[in-house]
Amino acid sequence: MNRLFLFFHKTGSPPWFYNFSGKLIPWLWAIFLAMTAVAMYLVFFNVPPDYQQGETIRIMYIHVPSAWMSMMIYGLMAIMGIIALVWRIRIMEVLVISSAPVGAAFTIVALLTGSMWGRPMWGTYWVWDARLTSELVLLFLYFGVIALYNAYDEPRKAAKAASLLSIVGAVNLPIIYFSVEWWNTLHQGSSFGGDGPGIHPTMLVPLLLMAVSTKFYYGANLLSRARLTLVKQDHRKRWVQDLLEEERP
Amino acid sequence: MSKQSAGTAFTALLRRDFLLAYRRRAELLQPLAFLLVVTTLFPLGVGPSPQLLADIAPGVIWIAALLATVLSLDSLFRSDFEDGTLEQMVMSGQSLSLIALSRIVSHWLVAGLPIVLLSPLLAMWMNLPGEGLSILLQTLIIGTPVLSLIGAIGGALTVSLKRGGQLLSLLVFPLYVPLLILATSAVGAAVVDLPYGGQLGLMFAGLIAALTLAPFATAAALKLSLS
Repeated sequence: MNRLFLFFHKTGSPPWFYNFSGKLIPWLWAIFLAMTAVAMYLVFFNVPPDYQQGETIRIMYIHVPSAWMSMMIYGLMAIMGIIALVWRIRIMEVLVISSAPVGAAFTIVALLTGSMWGRPMWGTYWVWDARLTSELVLLFLYFGVIALYNAYDEPRKAAKAASLLSIVGAVNLPIIYFSVEWWNTLHQGSSFGGDGPGIHPTMLVPLLLMAVSTKFYYGANLLSRARLTLVKQDHRKRWVQDLLEEERP
Repeated sequence: MSKQSAGTAFTALLRRDFLLAYRRRAELLQPLAFLLVVTTLFPLGVGPSPQLLADIAPGVIWIAALLATVLSLDSLFRSDFEDGTLEQMVMSGQSLSLIALSRIVSHWLVAGLPIVLLSPLLAMWMNLPGEGLSILLQTLIIGTPVLSLIGAIGGALTVSLKRGGQLLSLLVFPLYVPLLILATSAVGAAVVDLPYGGQLGLMFAGLIAALTLAPFATAAALKLSLS
């Protein structure tokens, strides 16, 4: 059998996935913790206060990576949803539905840190600014996927419905983003790319570290959730029974 | 039994839906009564100042239209699902996307078009200036089919759930955001004599995108609900 095909076949099998992800998760957590520790040290002791924003600039190191993650996870959910529906790979269905709470959590963190920053900077916790609004709409899209999944009794049907909804949402997301952008903009522009003065390496390095470490957090959290969901769904199947047998002292 | 052509199936379904709609007239009037009641609540809530009402008129009318549409969406596939008609439609061998499109067209004609026809009355209540009325009608004519098209996906996803109605609004309202923004800003621009062609053009693009993509998503969701 073709090696690539074999790989897909193996990763699609729940027991294999369970064992493999079990080995991977500690490493993901370790890398996440190490990178976050370094980044946080730099953020609190090495990054100078901004000449305009003062100490509140440090909020950015949580806010920006969370906002990036919130969008990336929704995009990934749509891609995994397409794979789940087209090739009927069950692990992908589980991954889609396990991604949704993590993505929603990142969205909430981005919104909360944003309003904590907005209070001293803009003088208010909330404004109907374009990026805040599209982030809020994104949160509702996540809630929709989670609510649809929970409304079904049958887990596999539920996961398929949630996958389909995340694909529909992802098609709409750019349209929502640009229409809201056009509707109202107060948010400060991105510090990346463009012609602006850009961002100094002392400030850039911790931000990039955080951007990468949040991806490891997502990976670790996602795989843990996916394993739990698999065991719950398959609790009567042979491989889970064997697993429980092994764990028993 | 010989297989009917796609066009015959489409028109036969439309005729059936109109007949069913005609027999359930009272049910169809409910969302429209809802539209009128919701719009009445706004002047009562924010005060009768003509200027204030004129300012919020496009948004109020459009939001009332969204709510009324979502109210009628829950029944879009439900009775066909419950009495097994939907299964027969799937087994008929006709394209399910075409069947979905036919349901969407009939939904727009019995639920969307009446909203467009009622909107001059709402515009008068909300004191919308005369220049705004024709453009409000245009946005509603372009926009209400999009509401039916996107809403059908949500209706198909929730049809097998017992209490799908509340969930349906959570699913489709975020997807309606771009349409609401474009429509209200077009009307707002027309009232103060600014160009509004861009917004209308984008709405039309949205209509074409929804028309080409939504029937397929609806069909996939229906298949899933029946599995």
